[in-house]
Amino acid sequence: MTRAKPEDDDWNSSKIHAFTFDDDDDEFTKLKESKRAVSSILVDDDDDDDDDDDDDVEKVSWSGEPVGSISWSVKETASSIRSGGEHGFPKINTAPSLPKQGSGYSLSSLFKASTRVYAPELRKPKSECKVNSPCSDIILLSMDKLLLLDEAVSAHDGNVITAVLIYLKKSLSKEIFFQELMVREIALRHYVHYLKEMEEQKTLVELMKLPFSQDDAIHVQDHYTLLERQIIIEATDKKGEAEIFKKFPRKASILNMPIITTLYYSCFYHYGESEGTFSSPANIRSTFRISEKQYILTALGARAKLKSWFDVDSLFNTKNWLGYTKKRSPIGFHRVVDILQKNNAPVQVLKDYVSLIDDAELKLSLAQKYKCHDIVIEMYRDLKDRQQLIVYQGKVERGSHEDRKIDQLLGNMQIRWKN
Amino acid sequence: MCLRDAPGLPDFSLLKRLARDQLIYLLEQLPGKKDLFIDADLMSPLDRIANVTTLKQHEVDKLYKVELKPVVSVSDQLCFLIRPRIQTVKWIADVVKSDKAVGRFRRYKIIFTPQKFYACETVLEEQGVYGDVTSDEWEFYLLPLDDDIISLELPEFFRDNFLEGDQRWVTTAGSALRLLHFLFGPFSKVYGIGRCAKVKQVEDGEKKAQNPDIGNVFLIDRDVDFVTPLCSQVVYEGLVDDIFRIKCGSVEFGPDVTSTDKSLKVMLNSQDKVHVGETQRKKEIWWEKQRKKKRCGMDIKQMKAFVAEELKGLKQEHRLLSLHIGACESIMKKKTKQDFQELLKTEHSLLEGFEIRECITYIEEHINRQVSMIESLRLLCLLSLTENGESYGIEHLLSFANLRQIGLLVEQQPGETLTVMESKVGKLVNDKTAGKLTDAFSSLAKKSNFRALSKRLMLIPKTGEEYDLRVPRDMAYIFSGAYIPLSCKLIEQVLERDGWTGFEEVTRMLNGHEFAVTERGEQASEGRSVLMNELLSSVNTNITFPLAKGCKFIVLTTAITNSSRLLESLLDNQG
Repeated sequence: MTRAKPEDDDWNSSKIHAFTFDDDDDEFTKLKESKRAVSSILVDDDDDDDDDDDDDVEKVSWSGEPVGSISWSVKETASSIRSGGEHGFPKINTAPSLPKQGSGYSLSSLFKASTRVYAPELRKPKSECKVNSPCSDIILLSMDKLLLLDEAVSAHDGNVITAVLIYLKKSLSKEIFFQELMVREIALRHYVHYLKEMEEQKTLVELMKLPFSQDDAIHVQDHYTLLERQIIIEATDKKGEAEIFKKFPRKASILNMPIITTLYYSCFYHYGESEGTFSSPANIRSTFRISEKQYILTALGARAKLKSWFDVDSLFNTKNWLGYTKKRSPIGFHRVVDILQKNNAPVQVLKDYVSLIDDAELKLSLAQKYKCHDIVIEMYRDLKDRQQLIVYQGKVERGSHEDRKIDQLLGNMQIRWKN
Repeated sequence: MCLRDAPGLPDFSLLKRLARDQLIYLLEQLPGKKDLFIDADLMSPLDRIANVTTLKQHEVDKLYKVELKPVVSVSDQLCFLIRPRIQTVKWIADVVKSDKAVGRFRRYKIIFTPQKFYACETVLEEQGVYGDVTSDEWEFYLLPLDDDIISLELPEFFRDNFLEGDQRWVTTAGSALRLLHFLFGPFSKVYGIGRCAKVKQVEDGEKKAQNPDIGNVFLIDRDVDFVTPLCSQVVYEGLVDDIFRIKCGSVEFGPDVTSTDKSLKVMLNSQDKVHVGETQRKKEIWWEKQRKKKRCGMDIKQMKAFVAEELKGLKQEHRLLSLHIGACESIMKKKTKQDFQELLKTEHSLLEGFEIRECITYIEEHINRQVSMIESLRLLCLLSLTENGESYGIEHLLSFANLRQIGLLVEQQPGETLTVMESKVGKLVNDKTAGKLTDAFSSLAKKSNFRALSKRLMLIPKTGEEYDLRVPRDMAYIFSGAYIPLSCKLIEQVLERDGWTGFEEVTRMLNGHEFAVTERGEQASEGRSVLMNELLSSVNTNITFPLAKGCKFIVLTTAITNSSRLLESLLDNQG
């Protein structure tokens, strides 16, 4: 089947054509053909394929794992070890460890590398520093130390800033150090980053307890409440006694999951429970002030997964003021259909929701996509589009109920077709 | 890449040679057989500099990847080639200590690249192993990824610098520039914008006597333009990156693409002629799919002709071709038409500032469906950036937006205004104890003036005429005619005006920090190569050069990124 249609055809085709049953194939056909074309062209050369391996070794950019590459080599080593390759006996050796080099942690060593950056005057305090006795260090030199820090910051070199901070941390009391950091934003950020990398959580927490502005009690509160609830739920559900846990065993614990996931879980395993229980969707919904939209989406997903179409249905039922039940959705019905379809809902179910879609175009395209014949037929009838109806007839099964319906419509003299 | 009668590019393979020679020298400082442990991030770059044979020639016995696990090597000498990360150094210290504990004696050498940090030394000292290891620096700053792209391969730059506020890599970038200045300069003009860029103004270095290869330099910080990397890429290479992840200029295609049971690693660069030709074809195929109005002339006859003539006897290119076709199939499968179109439509609307209500709804639903957190975040950020208002800085927005927060975030009624949404997100900033940042930090947040900038710089081309992607008239072709990347446009304009004069409005909207420096006594050279340095990460799509006359562009970047990597780097380890 060639698709070398002249371009004009496409300009004239109506939009409705765009979504045909073959739509999905369309995209790949071209590629598949290209692929076939490419492979067929050079079929003759395939005899030379035995040379492939030789080629591969030379051309780094071509083989699976380029043979000369680092990653290949690493993999080789790793696999040879796994296969129990070489394991020598560890040497038991009483050789003394190498003597420690002098710590060399004087500040002058810090400046060795950055002489070109730093003004020589900064070196002076440091030589004094070595001479002075420890207790006078603090009194005499904290000013200089901070001067050092400020100089480092103005040099925009994170490496040096951090180095100075490390030194200050060792030689200043925590209170003073933190105090000074509070007013030096850039230094503070470097320090926080350093602590994170060194995994010094304790210090970090202490730092954070300082008077930064407190915000959002609500969110923190929510966070804790959620965790509390999750613990309770987890405790009971873990035993997994109810039927549903046997049919759909849990994949993970509910702890630390976000609110929406918790809601989903609840809709899945605890649907229908009264608002009184902590595990019921209703309870979660009200406690965490979940919006209607969000709730419906989540519940829909959960119930659809379980294929409880009845539950899905009741999600959308509302009573209007006259007391009649009407279906309403805060999310478009096309989204509902989408979700249902992803959960393999049968056409029967799908069609109910497709019919509720407001947008005619969308409705029609989805109806066609999901083979809701009745809806398509009705729409064409409403549009008075005879041509389309005829075309569509070709798509339904001959002799089927839909086929006859179309026949009926086509034969109906009352309808004033437009084409 | 449109270039008209521009001079040739300088030869950057020199950089590779220099790096290689230095590494060999360092390896020889530890004579005798040794095992080499390589940082995962360094494996690909190293591959492009020195392969296994070279290493073996210098007495490297076995190669291992640095993994934070006990070491199984039996060699007496261990060499570690690493980035200066505290975590890695801690691990090495542990290795040394555990050896000591069983009385095992070995020599250890650490090679830090591109430089050593004092914090690393501190770790060694604190762990009591400072005297047991020797350490060196391998000054490998620049890796040419292509004829005109050089990368520092420092993806951590973004997070460290913009999120953590740690300026540790700034001097590294400076050294890289200095090196280029020395080898290929001197630079006659330096323009720039951005806090980081300002710091990087190149000092007067030694000047070479002869004509410089690189004349003008443009430094630009990533945070001047966050919008561009957040947009969906539609260029072929961008798509390949999004789906398959290009690493260091090469990409690994899995079995589903190669239709064999092997994976293949392929280099993607402009030397790959078929790739370039294919890119064109692929673009066409892709656009056919996207537009749905036009069928591009990619019919089978043409394809056969192309293949027969140009590929006769070129087996390698044949394979490349089928590989790219396979990749294309894969891409199409992953980005289903309807979803992608809607996504693009939303993005374009955001960029234009059009139908924002609908966009918000779309994003909300996207979040609710929990399809892909990164995607949702990306859209949220795009929304926040393109709409004026306190954007709280992307870094803060994201640093706390882990799943937990997304669950908390979408607690609003449809139709709520943007500012409320943003303030809610802003509130989330202070939730985590370990990562609390003060309001002082949020003062670093910049006002995002995207809408005004977009108008002033005309970033959104007028619709009306059909936009022909095959013969683009401006840079918007990389975003399917919808948007010209801000940073590229800036560069184009500044180069044309030779400075920032007359552009004050724009610079104000970009929060200042602009500069232009002319070395005294140097002629402004026309037709010289321009070095564009993005302090932090170019996006594959972004490497589209302004269609400036007679100029060849070279991109120097700290790393190549895309929207996923950007966001992931910010989300990492915040839990």
